[in-house]
Order: sequence, then structure tokens, then C-alpha cells
Amino acid sequence: MIEAKNISKFFGDNRVLKDVSVEFDRGKTNLIIGQSGSGKTVLMKCLVGLFEVDKGQVIFDDRNFSEMSFNKRKIIRKEIGMLFQGGALFDSLTVEENVIFPLSIFTKQTIDEKRERANFCLKRVNLKNVNNLYPSELSGGMKKRVAIARAIAMNPKYLFCDEPNSGLDPITSGVIDDLIKEITEEYQITTIINTHDMNSVIKIGDKIAFIHDGELWWKGTKHEVLKTSNKELNDFIFATELTKKLIPK
Amino acid sequence: MIYHLGKYILLMLQVFRKPEKGKVFRKQLFIEFQNLGVDSIGIVAIISVFMGAVVAIQTAYNIDSPLIPLTMVGFTTRQSIILEFSPTIISLILAGKVGSRIASEIGTMRVTEQIDALEIMGINPANYLILPKITAAMLINPIIIILSMGFGLFGGWLVSIVTNLFTSQTYIEGLQSWFDGYSVFYALIKTVFFAFIITSVSGYQGYDTKGGALEVGRASTKAVVWSSILIILFNLILTQLLLS
Ligand SMILES: Nc1ncnc2c1ncn2[C@@H]1O[C@H](COP(=O)(O)OP(=O)(O)O)[C@@H](O)[C@H]1O
Ligand SMILES: [Mg+2]
Repeated sequence: MIEAKNISKFFGDNRVLKDVSVEFDRGKTNLIIGQSGSGKTVLMKCLVGLFEVDKGQVIFDDRNFSEMSFNKRKIIRKEIGMLFQGGALFDSLTVEENVIFPLSIFTKQTIDEKRERANFCLKRVNLKNVNNLYPSELSGGMKKRVAIARAIAMNPKYLFCDEPNSGLDPITSGVIDDLIKEITEEYQITTIINTHDMNSVIKIGDKIAFIHDGELWWKGTKHEVLKTSNKELNDFIFATELTKKLIPK
Repeated sequence: MIYHLGKYILLMLQVFRKPEKGKVFRKQLFIEFQNLGVDSIGIVAIISVFMGAVVAIQTAYNIDSPLIPLTMVGFTTRQSIILEFSPTIISLILAGKVGSRIASEIGTMRVTEQIDALEIMGINPANYLILPKITAAMLINPIIIILSMGFGLFGGWLVSIVTNLFTSQTYIEGLQSWFDGYSVFYALIKTVFFAFIITSVSGYQGYDTKGGALEVGRASTKAVVWSSILIILFNLILTQLLLS
């Protein structure tokens, strides 16, 4: 479980996160939803320590991450996998080298052991015969899959995904969502996903936190999200022609 | 300005840490020898040969008094190439070639979150990305500059073959007269200094990039402009210090 307690974050005078408190459960796909610019990415980066919080605490299974030194944090960093919005694959490395990279950093495995693990992860995300390609030679969906493979290489306890579907067609999006959900349940990972894709919300929203203008506006599940009376959340989920058809009569 | 200087110094404090894994650092270092060094030799060779030739021709044309021996051509060509042309002008060329490359490489990594991806794995990205570049350039640039000197002198000699402005023999005689090893030492000190300027300033500009593709281009321009200005400035300072 990951707990965020009263997190606030400023950029200069601009308060991007206001007193956000939210818990994320193990073995579940926990969604952070909200409009573009509402603060989802900043919240996620605060959780993993890429941004320092100005107020509040982040707790990974009773371990207070916010109060740890850089070196102590490394223990938790080993347990974190992160999928960045654009994939963030290393351009100068091949697919296989990208997946091996965290293993080289964190473990003392031999190259054969690392290769084996990398191939296992690539197979897990249904990628074959791409080991020696460079990221620039892959499609958007394949890049996301390689990024997932790299994120799970270290067998993470915590998986963070920043808009895993952005830039993908609906079918590929669905495949990526399913994949993340499966992996989460299979390895009992605490998974946090930033998204504004309503398909994902309805399909894999085990737990949902709605962020509006840097504040936590609503919490619930995919079963509750369509029945809410919260105005801003309603505006958000019923914004498209397709979702309007879901408005309960 | 002061703000950037402060941020630059803070970044350098991050850069100059002991690399966590020696093996990883050595691997990066060899990649950079290739990227920053070997890949630059072609352009350096071409420019040096032509500049050496031009210096020799101009010197020869400007000697019209019979009192000045033609061996002055070799001497002057050697002095200008060793003292200024190779260390300073070639460093300026490298600031353009290597500086823009470093800034755009690191800038792209910044805006595509590759630097965040490194950081999340507990790596110090500044150290991991910038230190091998600085180290590689400080080691390999002196070699490039020595090669450049050789090519420059060769360019001057070519003139003696192709034209009849002066003979090969007087040129070589001139090259050998009043040679002072200290001038090569002075040139190499400058080179190492300039190598540090180019790589660290460009590394900073790339690392500090915010935004997208447009800003990466801007960072790369700033890297070239700032490294060039600093090279010119420190050329003056170092010349004063080393030759006085
Ligand atoms: N590094 C930064 N410096 C300053 N402001 C930032 C930075 N990152 C994000 N912001 C601001 O924080 C707000 C939330 O951004 P973000 O979390 O990226 O939104 P999203 O919900 O689309 O992921 C935006 O107004 C953005 O301008
Ligand atoms: Mg975002």
C-alpha cells in the first residue's frame, strides 16, 4: 500500500497540489484521473520522489519515503517500476539493452541471467524478435510494451504508469490496460495509473481518485463513478458523445 | 547570469562524484571517446590543412623585403598554428560540433523523461551522463589538437610543393628554427581547459532544458554560443597567465 498524506507542491508561487491525501492498494489498479493540467503527473512524480513535496508525506508500506536520505531511498527505488508518458526508453540502447539496464544497475547478475530475465519480460508483454531494434524503430504501442517490460524487470512491488494510453489507438490502449491489470494481479503489485481515458476508468478502475485543479475532488470505484452527483467529476466523465450515452436515466 | 552561474556550479557538484559503478563509467567513457573524439578527426584534419596552407601563403606574400629570409615562412606558420590556430580555433570548431551534440543529446533525454527514468533507478543522472563526456574530452582533445598541429604544418608544406613561393627545404628549415617546447605545453593546457568549458557548459545547457523540441534546439544554440564566448575569454586570461 502507498499512502499520500496531505501533499502540497508549489512551483514558485503556483500551488499545483493542495493538501492531497489518498491511499493506493496492493494488487489493484489504482487510477488517478483528471483533466490535462490538473496535476496528475506532478502528483505521481511527488510519490516517486522525482519532485520533493513541500508539505506532507509519502509512505510505502509503513516506510516514510519523504523523510529518507537519497541512499535510503534506493532500497525503495529498487522496488519501483515506472512507465513514463512517452515511454522514456533510452534512445542509444536497443530494446534488450533497455530492459537489461535496471538489472545492471541494481543487481550483480551475469549477462546471461540478465538476458534471460529480459527475454522473459519481453515475452510477458507479448513482444518477439525485437531485441536488437532501437526505440526509434518501434511503433507507439511497442514502445509502451518495452517500457512496461523495463518497468517490471526488477519485479517491482510498486508500478507507476503515467498515461499509459496516450497516443495509442483504442484497441492498443485496451491491450495495454489489460496487460497492466494482469501483471498487477499476477504479481500483487501496487499499481498507480494516471489517465484521462474513460475506457480505462470503466474497465480497470479498481480504485479511482479524481483530481481537480490540484485538489482531491472525489474518491471511489468504477462502479460508483458513473452514479456520482459531483458536478466537476460529471463534467469530466460525460464530456464525450460516447460517454454521454452512459448517463444513468 | 548569476542565477545560471549558481545553477551551473550546483550541477558540477553533482557531476563530480565518484561513479557508482566503475564498469559502467568506463563503458560510457569509451563511447564518448568515439563520439567526441574519433568522429571529429575528419573535420579537424580538413580545416587544419587548409589553414596551414593559407597562413604559409600569406606569410610568403607579405615578405617583400630581401632582408627577411624565406625561412620565416616555416617559422611563422609553426608559431601561429601551435600558439593560436590549433588550440583556440579548433576548440571553437569543436564547441560547435561537440557542444551542440552534447546539449541536444542531453536536452532530448530531459524532455522525453529519460533523465527521470535514470533518476528513478537511483542513478545520479548528472554524474552518469556528463562526467564521461567531460573526462573523455579532456583526455582526447589534446590528441586531436596535436594531430591538428601536424596537419596544419603539413598544409604549409604542401604550398611549397604546389607553388614556387618558397622551397620545401626553406620551409622545413624554418619549422626547425627557434623551437620552444613550452609553446606546445601552453597550447595543450589551453586545450584541456577549453575541453572542460565545451563539455560542462553544453552539458549544463542540455540538462537545464525544459519543454519540448523547440527548447532542445535553443539549448543547443546556447551551448555553442556560451562555450565560444567563454573560450575566447579564457584564451585571453590563460595567455596572460601562461606567457607573461
Ligand atoms: N517542472 C515544472 N515547473 C513548473 N510548473 C510545472 C512543472 N511541472 C508541471 N507544472 C505545472 O503543474 C500543473 C500540473 O501539471 P501536470 O501534473 O503535468 O498535469 P497533468 O494532470 O496533465 O499531468 C500545470 O499547470 C503545469 O504547468
Ligand atoms: Mg501528465
